[in-house]
Amino acid sequence: MINLIFLPIVLPLLASVIAALLTKKIKITRLFSQITSVVFLIFVGGLAFYIFQNGSIVGQAGGWAAPYGISIVGDPLAILLVLTTNIIGTAAIFYAPRILEEKQERFYFYALYFLLIAGVSGAFMTGDLFNLFVFFEVLLMASYGLIVLGNGKAQLRESFKYVLFNLFSSMLFIVSVAYIYAITGTVNLAHLAERVETVEQQGVLTAVGMILFFVFAVKAAVFPLYYWLPNSYVVPNPVVSALFGALLTKVGIYSIIRVYTLIFVHETAITHSIFIWLAMFTMIFGVIGALSTHNVKLIVTYNIIPAVGFMLMGIGLYTPEAIAGSVYYLMHDMVIKGALFFLIGALVIAAGTKDLRQMSGVIQKYPLLGWVFFIASLILAGVPPFSGFIGKILLLEGGLRQEEFLLVIVALLSSLLILLSMMRIFVYGFWGELMDGLSNERKRIRQLTIPGVVLVGLAIFLGIGAEFVYPQIESISNMLYERTDYISSVLKE
Amino acid sequence: MEIILTVLASILFSTGIYNLLQKQLLRIIVGTVLISHGAHLFLLTMSQVKRGAPPLLVDDVSSYTDPLPQALILTAIVISFGVTSFLLVLAYRTYTLNKTDNMEEMRGSDYD
Repeated sequence: MINLIFLPIVLPLLASVIAALLTKKIKITRLFSQITSVVFLIFVGGLAFYIFQNGSIVGQAGGWAAPYGISIVGDPLAILLVLTTNIIGTAAIFYAPRILEEKQERFYFYALYFLLIAGVSGAFMTGDLFNLFVFFEVLLMASYGLIVLGNGKAQLRESFKYVLFNLFSSMLFIVSVAYIYAITGTVNLAHLAERVETVEQQGVLTAVGMILFFVFAVKAAVFPLYYWLPNSYVVPNPVVSALFGALLTKVGIYSIIRVYTLIFVHETAITHSIFIWLAMFTMIFGVIGALSTHNVKLIVTYNIIPAVGFMLMGIGLYTPEAIAGSVYYLMHDMVIKGALFFLIGALVIAAGTKDLRQMSGVIQKYPLLGWVFFIASLILAGVPPFSGFIGKILLLEGGLRQEEFLLVIVALLSSLLILLSMMRIFVYGFWGELMDGLSNERKRIRQLTIPGVVLVGLAIFLGIGAEFVYPQIESISNMLYERTDYISSVLKE
Repeated sequence: MEIILTVLASILFSTGIYNLLQKQLLRIIVGTVLISHGAHLFLLTMSQVKRGAPPLLVDDVSSYTDPLPQALILTAIVISFGVTSFLLVLAYRTYTLNKTDNMEEMRGSDYD
């Protein structure tokens, strides 16, 4: 049973190799990728069900006991995010053949996709700080390959900057691992959590914690380190943007949640109160960006940033309800960002332009796309009874309990502005006179809309079925807050 | 020994960052290479450069070399090697398509 926990990482890696070998026969590769990703999804779903019933599974690589070997930890939080990753990935695999040119698919799209899934799953499940760095590099390597797919002029220009930012923050990651190893003598997360309390110079540890936060904040696009995000996420193909927007920044946020609820919890007055301020600025600047442009894809891309602010807010408040809010919002945001990028891709194909000023009346010809996009916008903004609302109400409740009134006001205001930015697309793009030059590829648009519909349906379930989902999230957040469960399951004392 | 290595790492970092802030693509790549060397050296230094026996299970050994940082560095070197080679190819393609290797001319917000 324990060995099964390695499979969510190993299987996509194998599939990646097979897809790379098959790549010349594009139809077989497509079929292979679709079948394998559905099989993975079912397998991970079963694994998640088992873990929620019976508690965490911890695998020790090579059979070396915890602080010596590398642990792969399948705790409820990790497996929940791996499951969400696989859901979005499967939707993306069915979306890809309709949106990518055949040449782009042939240039190892499927191989890189599986590599990305392997890296993301690994980053969620690893129990070792250096191993986290390695999985970050695996998913970044795959993302470098995906971002240049298509070989456009602006695309290469922005990709270069994207690679540079990530390379620099990876180097800082190595430096902070070096510091942590020098201070505590271990890189295993659970072992670190035990040892930080016994370190003599707590001040040094806090400083190192902030360097590590800098690294994760670059990946997660927290203010003031988000400036690389909009340009580099808007240039690639919509399916690649959807994968990036739904998965990559979330890995950064997950790492912040993991590290700052497990390891660096001794100086919350310094570290976590900085997070509250950064969360506030992240929300404000992200939403201003979303209102500043007429490029529909850029509007959705900018909307990634305030969501990061919301999740960071929960970590900064550091109470069980607020952490539950962050985890709920994290899961919701992965699903809805994937859906929105899929729908925007379909909209751009339908209207033939990305400029909001040049499109109107798309809903008259494509009603399904229009209404699904409308519901997705409401979900993103957090209108009840959808999933964004549940996450936000937990966060706001946590904020009010801690008497962070300014934060709560900013959060409410930015939700309103998010709704405004999305409604602009709906009002200008979908309503009004039927525009000229609207695409006639009804079948293709319908096929492009379906993956979005599925994800929106899931997001609706997360909201309306909150009574079923919330107890699980609550137990996850209690587990994160208490810490002992994670430590004892890894170290087995 | 540790002090010399730390100073060397800091020199690598500062020259690396100087190069990273230049406008020419190739200089930027040289900067990232120098920074990654600095980071790797730093990782080695941080566990103390101890001499003594190899890290094997033998009796009567008081001082032995710490194997973990060496394993970490080996991994990190391979990764940065791969990323650097990718970055070189990317820089070449960017140069041929955009007809410039000056970062100053690679601004802009046209996304086609």
